[in-house]
Amino acid sequence: MSDSKKKVTKPGWKGLPAGDLIIGGGTAREFKTGDWRSKRPVLIPEKCISCLTCWMYCPDSAVIVKDGKVVGFDYDHCKGCGICEHECPVKGKAIKMISEKEAKANQKNK
Amino acid sequence: MAKSNIVARTGNEAMAEAMRQINPDVVAAYPITPATEIVQIFAGYVADGLVKTEFVPVESEHSAMSACIGASAAGGRAMTGTSSQGLALMAEMLHIASGLRLPIVMADVNRALSSPINIHCDHSDTMMIKDAGWIQIFSENAQEGYDNMIQAIRIAEKAKLPTMVMTDGFIISHGMERIEILNDEDVQKFIGEYKPEHYLLNTEKPITIGALDLPDYYFEHRRQTIEAIRNSKSIIEDVSKEFGQKFGRTYGLFENYKLDDAEVAIVALGSTAGTTKTVVDALRAKGLKVGLLKPRVFRPFPKAEIADALKSLKAIAVMDRSDSMNGNEGPVCLEVKAALFDKGLNKTLVNYIYGLGGREIRTQDIEGIYKELIDASKGKAIEKIQYLGVRE
Repeated sequence: MSDSKKKVTKPGWKGLPAGDLIIGGGTAREFKTGDWRSKRPVLIPEKCISCLTCWMYCPDSAVIVKDGKVVGFDYDHCKGCGICEHECPVKGKAIKMISEKEAKANQKNK
Repeated sequence: MAKSNIVARTGNEAMAEAMRQINPDVVAAYPITPATEIVQIFAGYVADGLVKTEFVPVESEHSAMSACIGASAAGGRAMTGTSSQGLALMAEMLHIASGLRLPIVMADVNRALSSPINIHCDHSDTMMIKDAGWIQIFSENAQEGYDNMIQAIRIAEKAKLPTMVMTDGFIISHGMERIEILNDEDVQKFIGEYKPEHYLLNTEKPITIGALDLPDYYFEHRRQTIEAIRNSKSIIEDVSKEFGQKFGRTYGLFENYKLDDAEVAIVALGSTAGTTKTVVDALRAKGLKVGLLKPRVFRPFPKAEIADALKSLKAIAVMDRSDSMNGNEGPVCLEVKAALFDKGLNKTLVNYIYGLGGREIRTQDIEGIYKELIDASKGKAIEKIQYLGVRE
């Protein structure tokens, strides 16, 4: 996930193209939409059966699948809606929603 | 001077003629009295193959301006014409056109806003959208309307701002006058080819236009539009000067008529300025030092220049053909007052609200104003806001 707290110097009015214009194509790729999430899904790999139910249900295509297996989530675009956890058919759930605060604390402890 | 043709035209016919000579890529319009003829005549030109324009007969003025925005963003020259309620219905899209910096040119035939419903001239339609980021150019007669339309193309495209040219409903739009039409090729040469730097149909250089701005960008984009309006003043002056050099009719940001040695003066927009000139001539013949200042460009407002032109006067009347509904002065008077304040000038200044809903303004009304001004300049008390010709 991109660090939303990172200081970015934004252009002033003299440096912007005139007229609410974005020059260049495919710029949506640069737009990270997951920075306002309050909860995030965490994968428990030992429980996951890679049935891909979460991958089908995710409204943001944020479930990352490699070689037919769920490997994690695209936190740049995941909004933390929790549908993946809700739909996970595994008993005891292979996906757990945790708060962003908790996720950050976990990262620090690592 | 280039060859010209003298013809008899109504204001609307003159505006349509200018549009034919401009030959824009797209015209999207909806009919409304008293502007209907402009696009009606132009639609005839399209049907007769006299122009290459794509004519879009839309279902409302909101759609007319939307189609113009689309056409202009795509990279074309887009024009339209409307009035009163039509302009009001466009209001949402007018701000979008200026925010996207699209050089759309529109003929606005001034008509009163409802309610009460009325089809006759006043300036309440234009004044309602004076803060929409459009350049606004008023015309005294059909000739000026025609000349302003042609200049507006150049002004809009250089300033990257939409521009509207006003004529007074019925008084100019339906009154026939002697005007000089330029040659088609001279108009084409003057306006040149439109080459926008960025446009949607340019697949070589893709762009996104009209993206969402959150609080971290909106202010910067608005600041750009503010600067564009500020910079458009010198662009208007340059284009008007070039027009004058080429075709012999010179325009500025405003016109001073016998103002230099005047002791009292009237400030008036549009056709009333023409009526006022007749009165100025008559009173001058009697030895009275009266003058006129006719603002041509209302947006941007040439504040410092107008204050400078009014600095030596003893008393000034500002004519407003609409009211600001602020319980105080009309829109033109507010601008003039602010201009005088900045120069530290505390003048005897009277605001006349007049001509609402097409109420006639006659030469004797204007003569009466000059007489009141002369009395006021000699110290007689005067009511500062007056409603000229209204029945009490």
